Amino acid sequence: MLKFVVKRLLLLLPTLLGVVTLVFFMIALSPGDPARVMLGERASAEQLKKLRAELGLDKPLGQQYALYLGRVLHGDLGKSILTQQKITEELRQRLPATIELAFTATIFASIAGIVLGVAAARKRNTWVDYSTMTGALFGVSMPVFWLALVLIMIFSVALDWLPTGGRMDVRLYFTPITNFFLLDGIILLFKGEGGKIFFNALKHLILPSIALGTIPLAIIARTTRSSMLEVLKQDYVKTARAAGVPEWKVVYHYALKNALLPVITVIGIQFGLLLSGAILTETIFAWPGIGKWIYHSISARDFPAVQGGILFISVFFVLINLAVDLLYSVINPRIRLQ
Amino acid sequence: MISNELLKIDALCVSFNTQRGKVRAVRNLSLGIAEGETLALVGESGCGKSVTAHAITRLIPMPPGLIESGSIHFRGSNLLSFSEKQMRAIRGSRISMIFQEPMTSLNPVFTIGAQIAEVFLAHSKMSKQNAHTKAVELLKLVKIPDPEKRAKSYPHQLSGGMRQRAMIAMALASPNPGLMIADEPTTALDVTIQAQVLRLLAELKERVGMGLLLITHDMGVVAETADRVAVMYAGRKVEDAPVEEIFTNPRHPYTLGLLGCQPSAPANRGAPRLTSIGGSVPDLLTLGEGCPFENRCNRALPVCRENFPSAAAAGSAHTYYCHNPEAPQTEERRS
Repeated sequence: MLKFVVKRLLLLLPTLLGVVTLVFFMIALSPGDPARVMLGERASAEQLKKLRAELGLDKPLGQQYALYLGRVLHGDLGKSILTQQKITEELRQRLPATIELAFTATIFASIAGIVLGVAAARKRNTWVDYSTMTGALFGVSMPVFWLALVLIMIFSVALDWLPTGGRMDVRLYFTPITNFFLLDGIILLFKGEGGKIFFNALKHLILPSIALGTIPLAIIARTTRSSMLEVLKQDYVKTARAAGVPEWKVVYHYALKNALLPVITVIGIQFGLLLSGAILTETIFAWPGIGKWIYHSISARDFPAVQGGILFISVFFVLINLAVDLLYSVINPRIRLQ
Repeated sequence: MISNELLKIDALCVSFNTQRGKVRAVRNLSLGIAEGETLALVGESGCGKSVTAHAITRLIPMPPGLIESGSIHFRGSNLLSFSEKQMRAIRGSRISMIFQEPMTSLNPVFTIGAQIAEVFLAHSKMSKQNAHTKAVELLKLVKIPDPEKRAKSYPHQLSGGMRQRAMIAMALASPNPGLMIADEPTTALDVTIQAQVLRLLAELKERVGMGLLLITHDMGVVAETADRVAVMYAGRKVEDAPVEEIFTNPRHPYTLGLLGCQPSAPANRGAPRLTSIGGSVPDLLTLGEGCPFENRCNRALPVCRENFPSAAAAGSAHTYYCHNPEAPQTEERRS
């Protein structure tokens, strides 16, 4: 097991180098002059030259790349042009919000997707199957921003059940401990006020999680269905039935553990995508996470911020994939030994 | 006829609805197994052996399958009248099954021990710990070396023979097994392992005192293990006799044909070449009311096309279904 982990970690190095390189050149070669953007149309040539020198933009591209690589290796992603704050600090402040949203969306998508997928497989070619799969098709085809707006219109505006955006009501402001509000709520529970905070945070999470989780839900449901259909045909399912194992246990224990193998990979990839792809959802729901921040950085041509943000998300994505592979080997004994 | 009857199948008809039409997989089948007896159900692929086995445990997927008529009495009660819940209580505890392919018949993501323990847990209230201990005992019973360690192994870590032993152990995971159905248990194994597994099955059967329904197309396996043999062809039973009778005095031309393809059958010892049955199994979709073997039979008469013969007796325990049977073997020729 340890050998497997070490091997996988070593294999990460070339991947990460590739990511850094790609991110650097993608931004460096894209049109537009950051110095011009920062100083505005009326800046003098001298001012521009000075700023370019400050940012290291006057050096040859190769040298810029080497310098960037060196800084990244030391964990320094540079400073945001817009706020003059360290990018690592900007990310640190926003990461919990993004993770919290991506995580709840993934949980929602996984549970609902697996339940629906199993139901569709068991009731194959009945109305359960057809309606689930048609719904799933709608789910993948739906534009996230549109779904988000419809959800807000129904549940926030018309019914007034749930907030339109943000992470927490302003009047409930508290000093975050972990910056994961659900977690903070649970911690504060022991100090009295926590319950309110937890439920308020949860209420704010519901709509964005549904909006963000719908596409993954549809993908997970479809994967679960086809995987489950395949597994239910297997001889060992017949063996379990012939041994008198109760049907629910045959399906949800014996068959599901096999059927989940491909589903776990899909869930992992989806989680990674949600972390990076929450830009629209975060923007619509005024969610103070990394997605919204990158969106603003792009419009402001804050190139170190965009570079840092993309790099960070890529690294995160790669690490999540590693975690999924490790989890996979725990569930699938055939992989562990190889 | 048999006083201590374990299983009695009467006039069983099973069909499958396919896109091309109704396939009558088992037609008017009657079988009996006494307590502790081994009945071999013999015939080529697609003749309805496995369908019969699945009908007994009611594991035929319905639809498309349908048990149209007949009865299956197990120790006096008709399994076909049982609810799914009652059936579940019977499966694995009174009637257990082992399958042909031990690689795919064991769940790849659970340990052998856990899978055997699961059967105990399905039928009685006991702790997981206790079930696991019993599983290890069973692995010892089926002669798997180092059972404690093997109980923690996954199927892919065992050889084919060991896996089939583990399957047998799983089928024995019951305080009171009555009938074991072995569906081609040795087909996927190589010959030396086959012999070991058959010996083990015979030994356990004696020890536990259960009946065995052995489904096979291998007459060598039949000769070694069976007490009685039922020969099936295209969904019909064509002959049913004690094992020596089948080998020495077969009356149905199909039985004779089956024996003719077996190097190990007594009639073939020293024969210059083995014979084969010409033609192939008829399409079950288009099969009429006549004898299904008629188109391949060298003794066929016009009447064979018209109707299926009724049972004829050749001695107390030997029945066959043929309009123009093979001549009985005289005592001198037998020896």
